[in-house]
Amino acid sequence: MAKMTMVQALNLALRQEMAKDDGVVLLGEDVGPDGGVFRVSDGLIDEYGEERVIDTPLAESAIVGMAIGMAVYGLKPVCEMQFSGFAYQAFHQLENHAARLRWRSQGRLTVPMVMRAPYGGGVRALEHHSESREAYWAHTPGLKMVIPSGPRNARALLLSAIRDPDPVIFYESKALYRAFREEVPEEEETMPIGTSQMVREGNDLTLIAYGAMLQPTLEAAAELAKDGIQAAVIDLLTIAPLDDSLMIESIRQTGRAVVVHEAPRSFGPGAEIITRLMESAFYYLEAPIQRVTGYDLIIPYFSREKLYMPDVKRILEAARATQIQ
Amino acid sequence: MPRTKIDTGHKVEYLSILDDQNKLDKELEPDISEERLLELYRTMLFGRRFDERMLNLQRQGRIGTFPPIKGQEAAQMGAVFHLRPKDWLVPAFRETAAEIWRGRSPASVLLYYNGFNEGTIIPMEQRDMPMAVPVGSQILHAVGLAYAAKYRGTDEVVMTFFGDGATSEGDFHEGLNCAAVYQAPVVFICQNNHWAISIPLQKQMHTATIAEKAQAYGMPGIQVDGNDVLAVYAAVEEACTRARNSDGPTLIECVTYRVMMHTTADDPSRYRSEEEVAVWQKKDPLPRFETYLEEKGLLDATGRDDLEDKVQQQIQEAVDAAEKQMKELGDPIYMFDHLYEQLPPYLQRQKEELEMRLQAKKKEADHG
Ligand SMILES: Cc1ncc(C[n+]2csc(CCOP(=O)(O)OP(=O)(O)O)c2C)c(N)n1
Ligand SMILES: [Mg+2]
Repeated sequence: MAKMTMVQALNLALRQEMAKDDGVVLLGEDVGPDGGVFRVSDGLIDEYGEERVIDTPLAESAIVGMAIGMAVYGLKPVCEMQFSGFAYQAFHQLENHAARLRWRSQGRLTVPMVMRAPYGGGVRALEHHSESREAYWAHTPGLKMVIPSGPRNARALLLSAIRDPDPVIFYESKALYRAFREEVPEEEETMPIGTSQMVREGNDLTLIAYGAMLQPTLEAAAELAKDGIQAAVIDLLTIAPLDDSLMIESIRQTGRAVVVHEAPRSFGPGAEIITRLMESAFYYLEAPIQRVTGYDLIIPYFSREKLYMPDVKRILEAARATQIQ
Repeated sequence: MPRTKIDTGHKVEYLSILDDQNKLDKELEPDISEERLLELYRTMLFGRRFDERMLNLQRQGRIGTFPPIKGQEAAQMGAVFHLRPKDWLVPAFRETAAEIWRGRSPASVLLYYNGFNEGTIIPMEQRDMPMAVPVGSQILHAVGLAYAAKYRGTDEVVMTFFGDGATSEGDFHEGLNCAAVYQAPVVFICQNNHWAISIPLQKQMHTATIAEKAQAYGMPGIQVDGNDVLAVYAAVEEACTRARNSDGPTLIECVTYRVMMHTTADDPSRYRSEEEVAVWQKKDPLPRFETYLEEKGLLDATGRDDLEDKVQQQIQEAVDAAEKQMKELGDPIYMFDHLYEQLPPYLQRQKEELEMRLQAKKKEADHG
């Protein structure tokens, strides 16, 4: 096994699946010789040529709209949005077509495409480059919304996303792209979409996070352990369709939970998660469920972004608040 | 009915006044006062030197990522120079020199690129939109502004800038079409610098020019040598006159070149050759304009040195002012300002939450 960054692990997933399935094509802005602005498709044009690694004109609606056509035809397009903040140009293609074609054709036409997009703050980027708007896609019936939290699960989930029979929005945290390395096996590895993972066991409290927020959440759990509080940590991995079984099981033991995301608070994923817990585990709750989120603001330009983002301290405060009652 | 031919008059004009060898076409020379010629030169020089300084600051970690403008000073200054204070500027993100000439303070540019929201504050008297990062999106705002200006019975002009890459976005096509339909007083300036990050022009579009796209929408379009400030000036003058006389919009393609990286985060060696860049460096708009001014007897070595000194001093003042401001501006609570006119109660609570957190932090720092 090689130690890889998330960028390298994603590149591996693309490279291997392109070798295996000649229906897999990449399309996006600067995905060719440039290898994508984050180098996720580095070298792929040399291996698979311009026909399969397609540098498109600067038009996001075109990228997604064409991918829909390719997918209906039977290819497996993987689109890259240069930044998730520019995917809105493609919103109507995703909402009005990608998400609905199976339904509108009563199962006859399907859209097995992936839209990859870097998301999230914390990397001192220019404006429009730091948002965390997964709720938009998670809110759309017919789309799947996946967010990996490290190199190994990024590789496995991207492979599953490409093979998934339905459209998958795949958000990649820029802050995680090169933050740390993990062992990633050379041999193929997939992970089921729609399944969350228990990454730390604990009986006193359930912490739920995903993407870039998993790391500070794990750090907070380690801090809590010093005080004798054993927190379970659940990594969502898929935002939609949301896997609520693991979290419900956990909260039935702990009675307490904190949800963490960098997306704005109102109508964010936390609101849905907490409602599910309330619906299915109300009588097990020992304290109000807390959420640690971005504020309901446009993420400020980078000199102030650190204070916008949830951090270990805020997670600890919320965790301790669940212990008081 | 047999097949017949419709004559759309499909021909595109190209304008160059100072040619490659810096030979002036006297007949086409625009009539610009000496004072304004020197002012034009000063602003181009300022744009160049400020850009160079920003690159230094970025390399030293004193500002964040930014898109250099080097080589595009003629395309933007020759155009924006026609705007009166009552006209509107709707920029993309590579018009730093044009924005500064309009009144944006260089210090605010530095604040912006160092991650301060205060860097987008626009002086009350200024009729400019803030720079637009989402490619092509601003083009439609220009059409709306122009529609409104026309509706109000003014002779105001709206000038919008965008790149060659932007012409692939739907917003560009929608904007041109709407402007033509409403005969809105817009001057569309495309800075065709041959690259959209790593995508060369030939991969961006299949037409020979960008200017010809104007014809599809029913408006005049012209291609000009964008490194020849006189040509840009002359073409934009015509377009502005047209707009002011209620004769509708114009598309002007300024052919120029991005001699630097796309932004300081980009590595052009991955996708283009040094030789290609070198060819364009020879067409640098600044020395071309200098030669013209020298030949007219408006500029000599001493005059140039004086101007260089003045420009450098101005830049230093801006850097000092920005760095001083950055020390004073840090308060994170400012992030809650200006989202709505009035902060709704749930946001007020979030603001208080952050305030408490900041106070606790301060206490900790004081005691620790
Ligand atoms: C809608 C949108 N898509 C993608 C980007 C990322 N991006 C920023 S600049 C750029 C290239 C722009 O090329 P062009 O319009 O030619 O302008 P130039 O950079 O050459 O000035 C891209 C792809 C963006 N900012 N907005
Ligand atoms: Mg360009």
